[in-house]
Amino acid sequence: MARELWKGNEAIAEAAVRAGLEAYFGYPITPQNEILEWMSRRLPELGRVFVQAEAELAAINMVYGAACTGARVMTSSSSPGISLMMEGLSYIAGTEVPVVLVNVMRGGPGLGNIAPSQGDYNQICKGGGHGDYHPIVLAPASVQEAVDLMPLAFDLAEKYLTIACVLLDGSLGQMMEPVELPPMRPLQRKEYPWAVGIAEGRARRVLTSIYLEPLDEEQVNLRLLERWRTIQANEVRYKEYYLDDAEVVVVGFGTAGRVALSAVRLARQQGIRAGLFRPVTVSPYPYARLAEIARRARAFLVVEMNAGQMLEDVRLAVNGRVPVEFYGRLGGVVPFPDEILQEIKRVARGGLKADDDPLERWMARLEMRR
Amino acid sequence: MLEMTAVENVVYQRPQALTDAPTHYCPGCTHGIAHRLIAEVLEELNLTERTIGVASVGCSVFAYHYINTDFVEAAHGRAPAMATGIKRLVPQAMVFTYQGDGDLASIGMTEIVHAAARGENITVIFINNANYGMTGGQLAPTTLLGQKTTSSPNGRNAAQHGYPIRVAEMLATLEGAAYVVRRSLHDPTNIRKAKKAIRTAFEVQKHGLGFSLVELLSTCSVNWGLTPTEALHWLAENMIPYYPLGDYKVAPAVAATLNV
Repeated sequence: MARELWKGNEAIAEAAVRAGLEAYFGYPITPQNEILEWMSRRLPELGRVFVQAEAELAAINMVYGAACTGARVMTSSSSPGISLMMEGLSYIAGTEVPVVLVNVMRGGPGLGNIAPSQGDYNQICKGGGHGDYHPIVLAPASVQEAVDLMPLAFDLAEKYLTIACVLLDGSLGQMMEPVELPPMRPLQRKEYPWAVGIAEGRARRVLTSIYLEPLDEEQVNLRLLERWRTIQANEVRYKEYYLDDAEVVVVGFGTAGRVALSAVRLARQQGIRAGLFRPVTVSPYPYARLAEIARRARAFLVVEMNAGQMLEDVRLAVNGRVPVEFYGRLGGVVPFPDEILQEIKRVARGGLKADDDPLERWMARLEMRR
Repeated sequence: MLEMTAVENVVYQRPQALTDAPTHYCPGCTHGIAHRLIAEVLEELNLTERTIGVASVGCSVFAYHYINTDFVEAAHGRAPAMATGIKRLVPQAMVFTYQGDGDLASIGMTEIVHAAARGENITVIFINNANYGMTGGQLAPTTLLGQKTTSSPNGRNAAQHGYPIRVAEMLATLEGAAYVVRRSLHDPTNIRKAKKAIRTAFEVQKHGLGFSLVELLSTCSVNWGLTPTEALHWLAENMIPYYPLGDYKVAPAVAATLNV
């Protein structure tokens, strides 16, 4: 299929439709409105289900109900809306039904703004709603990658009966890029042994997230944990650029990773041996691979559009072996490659310590600049 | 010759749509009656194997232990949203929610109003017992003026707590609502009327006529601090004057199709 110019949000929506999406429930919020709008046109014309809910609370619970029938379902929202969905996501996790969620992040906390941000990393990667569970979180860095990750998100959610979130920021949702969309898959509702529906000729089925007896709930928690360990063992994904001989390893996900790649290329042109590690699954996080890289790198530079949320995971993986530095832009500001290049150069000069707090050093540098 | 064979004639038994599990409800609670009426209706309409229930949060959280159909358990107040998701994906199934007054009229008011406004083709059984039963009898949106609860120890007063909400009357104003009625479970006559309304509500859904809701005035003798019998009288004397029984919305299509 030929490459066409698509807006990120619309491409994501169409990729989901072609991946066999049966139903979408959502609520308007910038900067992801085009997903809802695309679904509102596309799904009815295909005879599939679209409902604009009265709120994100209702949207996620419609998704919850629809997922209980075994249908391929999704919703999308942006940061404040995702916060509202956290209750439903926890119930979905506790009931062990597959759901896909797209979060087109914007600046926060609170109402924040509608500019691109990565401030919801901790919220979604570390569980989100109440209780002990982990969603799978995929972080694309281009419209094409987002399109490619949509069918994977559905497949993973259904394989592991879990939440799969595609996590991007407003710039990816709003930008237009040439993309190749996948072919249309036929609709095929899976015959799950747990799905509610017409019970004729079978025992009745009950789906719930309540286990009043603590020993029963503990078994559920352990089952979720075991499943998560399997996901960690099998589903880690990442991209590596110029890492073979890299002394300075830049780590960034999504848009920050993409901008960092431009900076790495500029650094290479100036003879600096820099490389980029870009996690595609930010949950499960590629700890093991990063730890391997830490054995041969001289220093790390973590670049994020937040206040150092993934930084904690990188530090966990590097485990004090080499210095880890941080550079962040916040509040909906996207860094320029030049800014990151300056950081790469500084890290390449060496003389950094591995044992103190990269956030503190970063904030001290900010003070100097003011 | 004397005929020695005794003829057994079963006149009353548990409907197959009810499980044989003993309920966890308090003595004198009318949840058991409401459950049984739903079960009898599903069985009479031959819908037991085609029905998906949505339980809510409150005393009826375990409704699925007793009503013998496919079931899901919703978050507090969200049953109409969950039912929407299910019904849209399995339109050939009968989908009903079973919700108390705290669940439906307080935390879930948004979901119930919009499900009705959309004309969502689901059935809602709404239990109004004028307090939060499960959590120990706190003030509910349906608690009557002057009624003492554990969180309105001096009685509900309008200046502090506002006024109780008449759900059936309010939802009846919505164009999408096809059948909205209020019945009571305090005596046999009213229980029979309640069953007929539940039957009509499911028939409304079966015929694809839109949103149906049956509000059932119910007792909560333990939290009301009354004996079961006193509670039945209290309901009749205090609740019915504020929550009059009746048909608040019978859409023309419902009247024409079902002769209501």
